[in-house]
Parts: sequence; structure tokens; C-alpha cells
Amino acid sequence: MLELISLSKTYRTGDAALSDVSLQVPKGQIVGLIGPSGAGKSTLIRCINRLVEPSTGKIELGGVDLVTLGRRDLRKQRRRIGMIFQEYALVERLTVMENVLSGRLGYVPFWRSYLRRFDASDIQRAYQLLDRVGLLDHADKRADALSGGQRQRVGIARALAQDPDLLLVDEPTASLDPKTSRQIMRLLTEICTERDLPAIVNIHDVPLARQFMQRIVGLRAGQIVFDDAPTALTEDALTRIYGAEDWDAMRKGDIDQAEAENDAIRQLAEVGA
Amino acid sequence: MTDTASLPADWSYRSRATRLAIWTGWLALVALFVWCWQVMTETTIWAFVGDAPRQAADIGGRMVPPEWGYLPELMLPLWDTLNIATLGTLGGVVMAVPVALLAARNTTPSVTILRPIALFIIVASRSINSLIWALLLVTIIGPGLLAGIIAIALRSIGFIGKLFYEAIEETDPKQIEAIQATGAGPAEVLTYGVVPQVMPALWGISVFRWDINIRESTILGLVGAGGIGLKLNASMAVLAWDQVTVILLLILGTVIVSEWISALIRRAII
Amino acid sequence: MSGTYPATWRRPPQIITDRRLRIGLQIGVLVYLVLAVGSLEVNWQRVSEGLERGQRFIMGFLQPDFTSRWRDISQGLVESLTMTLTSTVVGVLISVPIGIGAARNLVPRPVYLVCRSIVAVSRSLQEVIVAIFLVAMFGFGPFAGFLTLTFATIGFIAKLLADDIEEIDEAQAEAIRSTGATWLQLLNYAIQPQVMPRLIGLSLYRLDINFRESAVIGIVGAGGIGATLNTSIDRYEYDSAGAILLIIIAIVMVAEYGSSYLRKFLQ
Repeated sequence: MLELISLSKTYRTGDAALSDVSLQVPKGQIVGLIGPSGAGKSTLIRCINRLVEPSTGKIELGGVDLVTLGRRDLRKQRRRIGMIFQEYALVERLTVMENVLSGRLGYVPFWRSYLRRFDASDIQRAYQLLDRVGLLDHADKRADALSGGQRQRVGIARALAQDPDLLLVDEPTASLDPKTSRQIMRLLTEICTERDLPAIVNIHDVPLARQFMQRIVGLRAGQIVFDDAPTALTEDALTRIYGAEDWDAMRKGDIDQAEAENDAIRQLAEVGA
Repeated sequence: MTDTASLPADWSYRSRATRLAIWTGWLALVALFVWCWQVMTETTIWAFVGDAPRQAADIGGRMVPPEWGYLPELMLPLWDTLNIATLGTLGGVVMAVPVALLAARNTTPSVTILRPIALFIIVASRSINSLIWALLLVTIIGPGLLAGIIAIALRSIGFIGKLFYEAIEETDPKQIEAIQATGAGPAEVLTYGVVPQVMPALWGISVFRWDINIRESTILGLVGAGGIGLKLNASMAVLAWDQVTVILLLILGTVIVSEWISALIRRAII
Repeated sequence: MSGTYPATWRRPPQIITDRRLRIGLQIGVLVYLVLAVGSLEVNWQRVSEGLERGQRFIMGFLQPDFTSRWRDISQGLVESLTMTLTSTVVGVLISVPIGIGAARNLVPRPVYLVCRSIVAVSRSLQEVIVAIFLVAMFGFGPFAGFLTLTFATIGFIAKLLADDIEEIDEAQAEAIRSTGATWLQLLNYAIQPQVMPRLIGLSLYRLDINFRESAVIGIVGAGGIGATLNTSIDRYEYDSAGAILLIIIAIVMVAEYGSSYLRKFLQ
């Protein structure tokens, strides 16, 4: 179980990215983190594995406080936390297999990783994971030879290779088209259910969050303003998270736009005829 | 439309003050140039300068026809020259890589102490031409190929180090962050996150420098550091200008070939 | 379940995929290295004797002696600096017309070929070799150095300027041409604004290179700080040599920072 206790982060510029955030994520739960850009979603996720150092507060993962750890212990704990990135963040010039195996770096001594001599069990697991994400045939390809959706699946395999107790997922679909986005989200949720793995997913796409998340946390200006099941995410709640946007006007705008386009097409057709 | 008479009749791109400043700048440059010229030519003996065309014609006349029979004797020195350039580049790369890692902001272990030292090594190596390094080394360890190789290596540190540390600083931080997030240690972050990203740059820079080093190693012999320059020096000492022509043409050919090879390899890498 | 997957994996070769070619290349490189190192013929006794002198040089570098040869050093510096400035100015002045002439999009083909060959000759001849010839023709001293550096500057600036002009935005030139402008007006309105900042940047960069080169060509008699350095090394005066080298490094550093500052200021 992951527990955040009054976590705050103030950047050196004085911007308070997170203020007094408390959150509990039980085993096997997939939490969607939504909110406008700049609300602190990315900071929150990065504080958990301390790619960003939190200012105050506690982060407990299975009873260990991550905030106070020294470098060596932090690396040990990072192995338990798999992270999946927005733009895949694969090492582009390495092969797919090396990218997946890099999930084992925290477990193997330097010289073995340097010579690419991983344990047989690591290699079998890597193949198994590649098979799970449907990329078994691509193991020897270079990561930059893959499509966006394929790269993100390698990213998932890399995170799982760590054998994590928690998944942090930062905007997994931001660089993908709608269809691939759904495939990736489905894969993620399936894997989390299979392994009873908790996950925190930053996601800017509200419909996608509604469809795939078990619980949604809304962040605004570094504070939690919503925490409930996806069904409770009403327009009121959305207004609380995203501000007083006139949702009806926006929808109306969309209709206007569509009508204008239809009109233009009709006129063109008439000219052609 | 507005009546043209009511609009200003002159137009100038710059304001009066900037124009004045620009003119003063140019004037200062001209004055500086004239003064420098006078200081520089104080000791010039103009009789020699006037005599130059005759000298040029004289030397030119003696340079042709080239003494082609001298060519076979040049092959061993040419081999030495290639070795100076290649081994020197290798040595330069081996020394430049750690310096670059210390100099790059994202890999240096200490920004306040080690980075300035690394940057100073780079500047010092870059400021001093390989011929000067060779001059020094010949007096220290004696004439020969070794002095040439070390001279080339020392000069290459700065060049390779500078370009390589810039390449390291331009790596994609996301890929490095992702490796850090797996719990990898610093050495592993380096080999998995940084090295794959900068390897092509290192190859490109090294081959580029090798090409320049071929050029530079041809003249190191002038100060006794081995290679074809020794022959050049010897031929000029006895005023055998027809041999000099052969040597210069050979150098030119070598430089062109090495430039071609280097371009070929760099294209293959990218 | 995991038993069905392979237990070993080797990184596939990335650049040269043909196995025989790869092994051949590796053997070739090894053979070359053995041969090259074998032909070194190092006199280790001489080298070990030199270590003591090397130590003295390093000491000289750490405790440089600026004073005892100051007259020679300052004269060499003055020669180097004046030679650097005059050769850069004259070199840039000459290379502007040649650079324009070497731009394919501005001039007729014969002019282009002539200018490009001037550039090629200047670039393929090394400064030191040019200096040797010019010293033989014009006598020892900074005047030969000035000519050498001017010659080298022409190849450098003219080539980069020409490449720059060839890469300008054609649309701007097209727009000016369509107003009925003459060739000179075209240069002034379409080309000059686009390449001027870069020309200034290149000139400052060349100033820096010329200073560094001025320290080298002195070794073959073309005056400047190089001649002073040569003398002090010949006399084994490593403390003076260290002082000269430190001065060169300092001036190069100042020039580098100064020119990057000046470039920012001018843009």
C-alpha cells in the first residue's frame, strides 16, 4: 500500500507545486490523477520515486518512508517502483531487449550490466514480458525503429521487469492517437489486475480516465479537490477541478464548428456540381 | 490617403546617436589598423619585400620539374605520419573522454571544483597548437615519433573534449531520468542512459579530428617530431626545391584522401 | 511457464551486420595497431632522461618566469597582436568580394569557378608551409607572418561566407529582384542584411584563430610570440616558455569570451 501524508513541494522559484497532499492507494487499485496543466500532477508522481525531491511530508510504500532515504537505499526502493513515461523515454539507440533489461539495472552488478550479461532468469522474464505486451518478434530491433504505441508497450515491459510493487504512469497516452491510447490503457489495467498492482496514472483525457480508472483524484493548484469513483465525476466536480469553464458553451462551440464545416462542404459540393 | 506633404521627407533606419556610434566604431577600427600596421612593419626591410617577386620566380623555377625519383624514399616517412595521426588521435580520445565527462554539467561529479579544472584543461589544450606541443616534447623526450604522437594527443584532448562535452550536455534528459527511475546506480545510468546517446557523436568527432591530425602531423617533422615533415625540412635545408614539390604534392594527396575517408565514415555513422 | 522462453540473449551487432566483414575489420585494426606500435622505435633511455626535463617544464609552467625575458616576450606579443589584427582586417576585406564571387546563386559560372579555386588553394595549403615559403620570399619577420595569416583568412572567411550566401532565403532575394533592383542593390538589400551578423561573427572567430596561428608560424621565422617561444625552448628556459604559454592561453580565453560577448552585443 502507498500512503502520502501531507506532502508538499515548493520549487526553488517559490512556486508551490503541491501543498499538503494526503492520499492512500491500496493494493490493486488504479487511481487516475486529473487536473489542469500546472496543477502538480507530474510533480506528485515524481515525488514518489524522488525524481523530484519533496519539500515536506511523508511517503510510505509498504511501511518504508521514502522521503528520508539515503542515495543507496533510495535506489533499492526505486526498484520497487515502476515508472512509465509520457514520451516513452526509451533509450532510443538501444535495442528493445536492452530497454526491457534496463529494468533490472537496480538488481545486477555494474560489470554484468555493462557486458550485457544478465541472468538467464532475467532474460526469460524479459522475453515473457515482451510476449505479454505483444512484441516478442521485435526484441532485437532498435527502440527508435518502433511506432509510438509499440514504444509505450516496451516502456510498460521495462517497468514490469523491475518486478514493482507500484506503478507510476505519467501521461501514458499523451503522444498517441485515440485508438492506440485505448489499447495502451486496456493493457495497463489488465496488467495491474493480473498482478494486483497499485498504480497512479496521470491522465489529461477525462473520458479515458472515466472509462479505465477505478478511482479518480482531481488536483487543482497543488491540492486535492476531488477523490471518488469515476461515476461521481459530474460536471460540478469537473468545474471544481478545471475551474469555471463554461462546458455548455464549449460544447456549443464544437457544434458551431461542426456546422460551419458541414456548410463549407455543402457549398464546395454545389460549386463542383 | 494622407497627403504626402504632411509626412516627414527624410527617413533613416537608425537614430542619429546609433549612426554616430557606428561611425565612431569604424573610425576606431581604422585608426587601430593603421597604428598596428606601423608597429608591425617597423622592422620590415622593404628591400626584401621589393625583391620578393624575383625570389618567388626563382624558387618557382627551381620547383619544376618535380624530382619524382624521390617518391619511394618518402613512403616510410608517410607511414610514420599516418601512425602519428592515428595513434595520437587514439590517445587523445582516451584522455578526452574522462575530461569531457568531468566538464559536462549533467555528468560532472563536482560543479565547483572538477568542472573548472576540466574546462581549463580543454582551453589549455586548444590554445596550444600541436607544433608547439611537439617543439616542447622534442626537447623533453627527444626527437622521434613518440614526441609527435604525444603532441597530437595533447592537442586533440581540447578539441574532442570540447565537442564531446557539448554533445553530452545535449543528451535527452528523459531517457536518463527513466534509467534513474529503475533504481540504477550512477555508473549504470552512464552506460545505459548517456553512452548510447553520445556514441555516434564521439565517433564522428574522433574521425573528424583524425582528419585534422593527418594534416597537422605532416609538418611536425619540421621541429623533429618524425614523419614526412622531417624530409621536408631536410630538403629545404639543402634548397632542393624540386624534392619539396614532390613532398608537398604527396601531402596534398594524403590530406585529400584522408578527408574523403573521414567524410565516408561520418556518413556511415549518421 | 518461463521455461518456454530463451534463457540467453546477445546484443545484435548494430553497424556492421556481416559477421565476416566485422571479424575481418577487427583483425585489420589489430594488425594495424601492432605494426604501427612496432614501428615506433622509442629510445627509452632518452625518454627517461627527458622525464627530469619534463618535470622542470611542469615546474616552469607552475612557476612561470615573466620578468627575465620580458623584453623579448613583450616584443613578440606586440608583433603577434598587430599581425593578428592587420591580417584579419585585410583578409576579411579581400575575402568579401571573393566570397560573393564564390556564391553560386549570385554570379556567372566562370567567376564562381575562379573564386572557388582561390578558396580551395588557400584552404589546402597549411599555414606553416605557406609561412616557410613567404619567409623565403619576404625575409624573416612579422611581415611574412602577416601575409601568411591574410592568405589563410581569405580561404576560411570566403568559403564560409559563400556557403552562407548560397543558403540565404531565396524568397527575400526574389522579392528584391522583382522590384527591378540592380545587382548591387540586390546585394545591399537582400544579401547583406541576411549574412552581415554571421560575417561579423566569423571575423571575430578568425581573429581568435589568427592569434593562435601567429604563435605557430613564428617557429619557422615569421615573427611574433612563436619566435620568442622557440628561442626560449631552444635555450631550455622552461620557466620563460611556461610564462609564454600561459600568456597565450590567457589571451585565447579572453578573446573567446570577448568575442562571444561582442557577438551577442552586436546582434
